[in-house]
Amino acid sequence: MTTTRTGYKWVGTRPVRHDGLDKVTGRARFGADYATAGMLHGVVLRSPHVHARILSIDLTEAAAMPGVKAIITGADLPDIPDETGTGSEGGINFRDLSRNILARDKVLYEGHPVAAVAAVTLRAAQRAAEAIEVDYEILPAVLSLEEAMEDDAPVLHDDLFTLGLDSPPDRPSNISRRRVIARGDLDAGWEEADVVVEREYTTKAVHQGYIEPHAVVAETGEDGRSTLWCSSQGHFAMRTYTTKVLGWEPGDMKVIPAEIGGGFGGKTTIYLEPLAALLSRRAGRAVKMVMTRSEVFRATGPTSGSVMRIKMGARRDGKLVAATAWMAYEAGAFPGSPIGPGVMTVLACYDIPNVLIEGYDVVLNKPKVAAYRAPGAPMAAFAAESVVDELAEELGIDPIELRLRNAVTEGVRAVYGPKYRKIGFVETLEEARDHPHYSAPLGPWQGRGVASGYWFNFGGETTATVSINEDGTAVVMSGCPDIGGTRAALAQMAAEELGIDVHRIEPVVADTHSIGYNDMTGGSRVAFAVGIAVVDASRQLIDDMCARAALIWDVPREEVEWVDGRAQSVTGAAAPLTLEELASGSGATGGPLSATVTVNPRGAGAGFSTQICDVEVDPDTGLVTVLRYTVVQDAGRAIHPDYVEGQMQGGAVQGIGWALNEEYIFDRNGVMENPGFLDYRMPVASDLPMIDTVIVEVPNPDHPYGVRGVGETGIIPPMAAVANAVYAATGKRMQDLPMSPVRVLEALSGD
Amino acid sequence: MARVFFPTALQQLTGDLEECEIEASTVRELFVRLEDRFPGIREQLASAAVAIDGDVVPGALLERLEPDSEVHFLPAISGG
Repeated sequence: MTTTRTGYKWVGTRPVRHDGLDKVTGRARFGADYATAGMLHGVVLRSPHVHARILSIDLTEAAAMPGVKAIITGADLPDIPDETGTGSEGGINFRDLSRNILARDKVLYEGHPVAAVAAVTLRAAQRAAEAIEVDYEILPAVLSLEEAMEDDAPVLHDDLFTLGLDSPPDRPSNISRRRVIARGDLDAGWEEADVVVEREYTTKAVHQGYIEPHAVVAETGEDGRSTLWCSSQGHFAMRTYTTKVLGWEPGDMKVIPAEIGGGFGGKTTIYLEPLAALLSRRAGRAVKMVMTRSEVFRATGPTSGSVMRIKMGARRDGKLVAATAWMAYEAGAFPGSPIGPGVMTVLACYDIPNVLIEGYDVVLNKPKVAAYRAPGAPMAAFAAESVVDELAEELGIDPIELRLRNAVTEGVRAVYGPKYRKIGFVETLEEARDHPHYSAPLGPWQGRGVASGYWFNFGGETTATVSINEDGTAVVMSGCPDIGGTRAALAQMAAEELGIDVHRIEPVVADTHSIGYNDMTGGSRVAFAVGIAVVDASRQLIDDMCARAALIWDVPREEVEWVDGRAQSVTGAAAPLTLEELASGSGATGGPLSATVTVNPRGAGAGFSTQICDVEVDPDTGLVTVLRYTVVQDAGRAIHPDYVEGQMQGGAVQGIGWALNEEYIFDRNGVMENPGFLDYRMPVASDLPMIDTVIVEVPNPDHPYGVRGVGETGIIPPMAAVANAVYAATGKRMQDLPMSPVRVLEALSGD
Repeated sequence: MARVFFPTALQQLTGDLEECEIEASTVRELFVRLEDRFPGIREQLASAAVAIDGDVVPGALLERLEPDSEVHFLPAISGG
């Protein structure tokens, strides 16, 4: 499993994706497309307050309304111990998960669910929800990191005591955890530095912005067994989380994955699923729930807003010798921001001997954050890569050259501890430096910025099955929803192994009762981990088919090899047997041709990206227009380059939106004022140029084809790349995101 | 012997020791030996990810350690 080859027939090509026709014709079924006969409609009653104690909930009037079949509140969910499971940054706390799904004694953000109703029509359910009487005692709220971290701040959770302090705290706090990374001798480092830059940066909470709102249909029978149809990044995890929150048995629930209209990390957790399942059990009928866009913004995970202070020192020759980082991330209403990966990635691109990084996970009265592409890394890179750019200018060294002089390479110890295995950071820098974009001329009010980023990538628990049909076609079955073209990539790897046309392979995303457990589609893991399982299964099948050919020919197994989709005698003693012939006659040689492989692989190759951004700034309006953008990223091996490029482009575009436009805007009471795509401004196609891509291939030695994850790294550099370009165009360092026209004008008027 | 590195948060339990060498052939055995030497550390390690020779290894308890393996404990990472 450690060899790589060149000269592939399918790996590295761009076949039409297997699910493409269904997607473009509208035949593909997404979460909201599912319906059953007699289905009820469910809605959620949400808190209008950002922080309040629930004194009472009166369901009397609502329950008596026509068409209402079931109503549930937090009192209907079991109390869950403070127990942490795997599945999100720092693990998922099921007690908090349950309390985020339905509030108990307090509501902690505007939009926090308080009750859920199922009725015969959507309008009847909405009317009943409006008739629920909730008596609240308004509590003081905390809406910013600074407020939340003050000693006398209102505390969200009386039982939250800061972990990771030098001595145990004696009272609760909004700071759930402190993380520290330290190495070397900082005093000696600062002494050695000729140039030191120290700056503070802030970023705002931004949403993953998937087009498809959360949607589920749940049907629970009298026997307690239930079926869920839902759109998620991992239906096995949806089953685990949902049954955990409800106190049900996972084996009693089947989850059928819908197509997914974007997730980007935001669909790695649950919101509606337990509500629909419990309402269905209470009503005895299926229940469908679909969020509105406003609900998606107000009550599902954005990523963290942040405050970061970075200080870095370098010698005149460009060697980085010391760095400190202080970082605070918003977790939302419950602990669990991505501060862990934040502190690990903030300086991970560079070999710096003396370092102190300190990170804080902070709760406040906003929606609980959820994973978003490379969780925690993009904001950290915005701060660190901005400082690196400033150092390069102070030192008079080209910014890519400065990065090259400090870039981590194989064998270098990462700032968070382990030594890097084979990585391609230097290669991305060299490709960027040599790209025509980097030396293209610029006009007035135009500027160019570069930035780099690092992401770990992930393996995870995986099951895959490869089966051969009697006509010689094949089915590749996995349990990971296809978000970014993984059906095609898995089929290509199987086609390469089996030696058949990729379109004679049907890649299937199977439900929880049809295949063994799979972790979520997240951590850029599917082409890597599921790819390993598919290749292993294909190789097992080939071995099996060669053995069957040997049986038919009555020759030793060693005298049979697999060539171009056929079993072939090495001595030429018999005519080759095709896949079709072996499959159609499999009953006589041992039964159906199928192989299932389970893996939990190590060796997910780390990803690096370096990006170049050109902008033009309108000095009259402050509008920043991206003129040209190039993403250079190490993919290890691009199985289907179209989808690798798509991931790189998509990450860059989301990062550009984060840099220039996107932010949650709250009124003075903490109510979100822009919960819709008209006012929450994500980039659209007409806003941006074609994003150019350069795929670097430094093969991952721990994957049979060299794959590294590519789904996340692309979103890490853009904020700094754009900010550095804006500086080059205007001479103004932008330290607070987003760089909206108003903020840019403010910076320009500071002359 | 495996070379074991302790993150800052665990150094309260190790008496400010940043690293040590432990004789262990699997991660499970390593955890037992660490608990013997630094009581209470195993509970702290329960939610940590284990990196062996640069690889974050999911479900690492049964993972074999080589005589020259490096082991790090990291915050759990999953991705988005």
